[in-house]
Amino acid sequence: MIRLENISKSYQKGVPALNDVNIHINPGEFVFIVGDSGSGKSTLIKLLLAELEPSKGKIVINGKDLKGIKHRAIPKFRRNIGCVFQDFRLLPDRNVYENVAFAMRVIEAPKKEIKRKVPIMLSMVGLAAKYRSLPRQLSGGEQQRVAIARALVNEPKILLADEPTGNLDNKNAWEIMKLLDEINERGTTVVVVTHNMEIVNAMNKRVITIKKGVVVSDEDRGEDDEI
Amino acid sequence: MKFSTLLYNFVQGFKNIWRNKMFSLASIATMTACIFLFGLFYSLGTNFEKVVKDVEESVSVTVFFNEGISDVEVQRIGEAISQRREIAKYEYVSADQAWESFKDVYFDGDENAAASFAGDNPLANSANYQIYLSDVEGQDDLVTFLQSLDGVREVRYSQVAAKTLTDFNRLMKYIFVSIVAILIAVAVFLISNTITVGISVRKEEIAIMKLIGAKDSFVRSPFVVEGVAIGLIGSVIPLLILWVLYNRIITYVADKFKFLSGMMDFVPASTVFKTLVPVALLLGVGIGYIGSRFTLRKHLQV
Repeated sequence: MIRLENISKSYQKGVPALNDVNIHINPGEFVFIVGDSGSGKSTLIKLLLAELEPSKGKIVINGKDLKGIKHRAIPKFRRNIGCVFQDFRLLPDRNVYENVAFAMRVIEAPKKEIKRKVPIMLSMVGLAAKYRSLPRQLSGGEQQRVAIARALVNEPKILLADEPTGNLDNKNAWEIMKLLDEINERGTTVVVVTHNMEIVNAMNKRVITIKKGVVVSDEDRGEDDEI
Repeated sequence: MKFSTLLYNFVQGFKNIWRNKMFSLASIATMTACIFLFGLFYSLGTNFEKVVKDVEESVSVTVFFNEGISDVEVQRIGEAISQRREIAKYEYVSADQAWESFKDVYFDGDENAAASFAGDNPLANSANYQIYLSDVEGQDDLVTFLQSLDGVREVRYSQVAAKTLTDFNRLMKYIFVSIVAILIAVAVFLISNTITVGISVRKEEIAIMKLIGAKDSFVRSPFVVEGVAIGLIGSVIPLLILWVLYNRIITYVADKFKFLSGMMDFVPASTVFKTLVPVALLLGVGIGYIGSRFTLRKHLQV
């Protein structure tokens, strides 16, 4: 599903953000990628979203080799990866329904389909009653739920969450993690980048640790997951 | 792009104008100011050009014939003149007509003084062709041509008037082109600056769209609709203001400064606006389109 082979990425000469990284994530896995700030996590996410090109190595996602991917092919590629960010990144001037529907409009989904699927997604994340609220009228946890609904509404095979609990209190953070776990159980591959070790330790999932651009450990703490 | 998507983006473009009210107002105001200045200058220029043209058309070249020339020869000279491109019109002035016109000017209605010449036209050899030029720059060529014609005794013309007008015309053209070029450059600069500010405020929105998997065209089209609509509004407003102002000024000047009416006529509003409306609309829409499309380009490279 996600394969990184000998990936290196340098922004300036001599300082590699990632150095010879090898990661293989199977379909249906739930994986944490942990590391301190500056460890190379953000670079890894940008590489997975084809925002950056690696200096060396090969990235294959959903069977697609990202080497030399054309600018105009990137939108289609990204539609197979749902993204959730620490700062939610919702469109502030559109309500909850419109924020989720927007992801479907982008892929030019038929109106009927949008009207059918958006309420289902909002129910799944527990926000059906707040579909008309603007992001600023919601709590941090609720905003992140909207972001998750938006990320999943197009049924991507992969959900990539970059510090999804970074702006949330403990209670909301746990609720979001539970939601991500449920999504994973329905078959979506979930990759969570975080530095919240309390959650990581409690979730018993596969954990890849990056330090100064290098993978220093890759351990499976779960019972059923495969490496 | 599907029709429904096109419609959605079209509506989004207009919603964006409303959502970013301050930015939209700033852009419309900038565009309005630039197009207004352009229109004002164009109206002034058109009227000025007309005044110069009127003066130009009053500059004439007079052709006198040899004594005892036959009517056939006079007609032949007339035909040769009519072939020239630089003339606006020409007319034959007979010796009698020349005398009548002389009498009007010099005796100023004093019939007794004029009567002493009765039966003896002192200007018997003054039959001529009065030629009015469409372009005074061509006067020298025309004079050389006329002097070379058989039967022509003298060609009378004013070198100074023609040269002054030619120089003045040229100067006016330079000034007009320079000012229009400066105005357009200033307009493009101001508007692209306003658009840059507007877009940089929304680059987060653009980044979100790109991360969700929006194609460049999907991201771009509401911005382009917005740019074109702002350009359109920003050119319609100054055109309306100019139309009202122009008509009022014409009426006001005609009423208050009646002595001017014999010296100059304003170009009718319909003539000025026949060119100004399409040019201003094209400028507004063009700048809005190009401005939004090109300013957006660097934000799409995500």
